[in-house]
Amino acid sequence: MSAAARATGDGVLVGLRSLLAKELHEQWRTLRLPILVVVFLIIGFGSPVLARFTPELVRTLAGDQFTISLPPPTAADAVDQLLKNGTQFGILVAILLAMGSVATERERGTAALLLVGPASRTAFLVAKLAVLALTLALAVAGAVATAWLYTAILFTTPSPAGFAGAGILLWLELLVFTALTFLGSTISRSVLAAAGLGFALLIVLGVLSAIPTVGAVIPTGLAGTARTVALGLPEPDWRPVAGAIVLVVAVVGASIAVFEREEL
Amino acid sequence: MSVAVGSSIAAAAPAATPAIRMRGLRKRFGEVVALDGLDLDVPVGSVFGLLGPNGAGKTTAIRLLTALARPTGGSVRLFGVAAGEVVRAGRVGYLPQEPRFYDWIHGRELLDLVARLHGLADRHERTERVAAALRDAELAAAADRAVGTYSGGMRQRLGIAQALLHDPDLLVLDEPVSSLDPAGRREVLRIVAGLRGRVTVLLSTHVLSDVERVCDRVAILDRGRLVAEGELERLLADHATTAFRLEPEPGQGAAVAALENALGGQSWARRVERAGEAGEALLVVTDDPGAGVAILRLALEAGVAPAAFAHVRPTLEDVFLDLVGHPVPEDLDGRGFVRPRTERDA
Repeated sequence: MSAAARATGDGVLVGLRSLLAKELHEQWRTLRLPILVVVFLIIGFGSPVLARFTPELVRTLAGDQFTISLPPPTAADAVDQLLKNGTQFGILVAILLAMGSVATERERGTAALLLVGPASRTAFLVAKLAVLALTLALAVAGAVATAWLYTAILFTTPSPAGFAGAGILLWLELLVFTALTFLGSTISRSVLAAAGLGFALLIVLGVLSAIPTVGAVIPTGLAGTARTVALGLPEPDWRPVAGAIVLVVAVVGASIAVFEREEL
Repeated sequence: MSVAVGSSIAAAAPAATPAIRMRGLRKRFGEVVALDGLDLDVPVGSVFGLLGPNGAGKTTAIRLLTALARPTGGSVRLFGVAAGEVVRAGRVGYLPQEPRFYDWIHGRELLDLVARLHGLADRHERTERVAAALRDAELAAAADRAVGTYSGGMRQRLGIAQALLHDPDLLVLDEPVSSLDPAGRREVLRIVAGLRGRVTVLLSTHVLSDVERVCDRVAILDRGRLVAEGELERLLADHATTAFRLEPEPGQGAAVAALENALGGQSWARRVERAGEAGEALLVVTDDPGAGVAILRLALEAGVAPAAFAHVRPTLEDVFLDLVGHPVPEDLDGRGFVRPRTERDA
C-alpha cells in the first residue's frame, strides 16, 4: 500500500468518511437509532392527542363533585405539549447518547486501536458528533412530522414551515446538551462522570437563564423561540439561537482541543 | 498463517537507521516515574523482546512509540522520523494488551474498517485482503458473527490480523499471547517468527520462554530503566551463570553429602544447591565453564556414581534474576499461565 493510498482524507479530517460510516452503522446495529426514532414518533403522536383530550380527561376524572372550567384546546396547546415533551425527554436522551461516546472508547481501548494509524483524532470526534446530531435530527424530524399530522387532524392545519422551523430549534437545543455531555465524555475517563457533567451543566444553564441579561441568550430559551416560530407568531427572539450556536461551536472546539492533547 | 508483508522497509530509512530509537525517554505520572531515561535501539527487521516485571514500563514505552501518549522528556523516532509521523503514515501495526473491540461489529466488518482507515480504497482488493486475513487468523467461520461473541483467543487472533492487515513496517505487540491457550500461543509465536527480516517486531511479554523462542534481541526493563539489552545469545553469555547438574544413582546419600562438602570448599564453586524432587541431585553454580571435569573427578573421589551429569544451559530467567534481582512471579500474567519449568526449577 503506497503512502499516497494510505491517506483517506485531507489534513485534520483523515479517515472521516470511514469513521462516519462506522458510527452510523453502530447507531443502527445497536438499535439506538431505530428505538430513538420510534420513541420520538410516539412523542410526536402523543403530544397533540394529549393536548386535545386533556380537558375531557380532567373533567372525567373530576366527576360531578367539582366543576372545572377549561378553555377549549387549540393547536397552540399541541405545540406546547410537543416542545415540553420533546425538550424534557430529548435532553435526557441527548445526555445518555453522548455520555459514553468517547469515554467508553477510551476505557475499552478501541479509540487507541483505531487511532494508531492515519485516522486523525479530530475526524474521530467529528464523526461521533455528526452521527449523534444526525440521530437526534432524524428522531426530532419524525416527532415533528407526526405532531404536525395529528395537529392537523385534531385541530387546524398548522404551517409546515413553522413546524419545520420549530423542529430545527428543538434539535438545536438538544444539540447543545449533546455537545456539553460530549465534552464531559472527552475530558473524563468515566461514563458516569460525563453524564454528571451533562446534568450539572443543565442545572447551570437553568440558573443562568434566570438572570435577565444573560438569560436572554441561554439556549434553554430556544423552546420559547420554537413556539413562536411554530405558531407563526410575530417577532421570534433569535438571541437563544445565537447563544446555542456559539455554545455548540465553542464546546465542540474545546472537545477537539482536549482530545488532540489527550493520552489514550 | 501466511502473512503478506510490506516491502517499504528498505526504502524507509538508511540501513543503519534503527526501526525504533529511544533517547532519554522519560514518562512521569505525577510522582510516579514510569520510564526513567530509556535509551534503546531496535534494528530494522529484528524480532525484539521487551521484557520486564509488572510496572517495569513496557506498556508505557509502547504507548509512547505508538504516539498514544507523549513523553515527559526525551524522544522516540521510528525509521529516523518522529514516531507520530510514522504512525500517521500507517506504517505501524499495533496490538494492545487485552484487545477489546466493539461488541456489535462483525470480525469481517472490523477488518474492513481498519483497511479503509489505512487507505485501501479499492473495494475488490479490500474484500480479498480481509478474507485472506480472516482465513489466516482461522476466523473465516466466525467472520460474520459479532465480535462480542468471540472467545479471548479469537479476539487476540483478530487483533493480530488487524495489526498486520495493512502491511506495516513495524509491528508492536503488547503481551500478544497473554490470553491464548498453548496451541494459540504457539501459532502466534510462529507467525511472529515468520516475520523476522521482513517486518520489525517489538514484542512485550512477561513470558521468558516466549522471548527465548522467537526473539533475536531482548531488552530487559525494571522500574522504568533499561537494565540489559542486546542479542539474546550475548545476554545469556554475559549475564547467566554456568551451572552443572549431577544426578547420582539411588541410595548414595552419604557419598553425595561428602561430595557436597567437597564441592563447597572449591574456590571456583559459587554455590552448591540440592536439586531434584527429593533433593537427591546437586546443582553447582560456577564462573568456570570448564569446571565439569573437576566436578566429575571430585564425585569419583567421593565414591558417587553419577546416573546423569549435564551442563545446564543458562536461561533468560537466569539473566532476569541476575539483573532484576527478584524472580518472575509464578503466575506471570495474572491469568493462570504458568511459565514452563526450567532446569533451575528442578
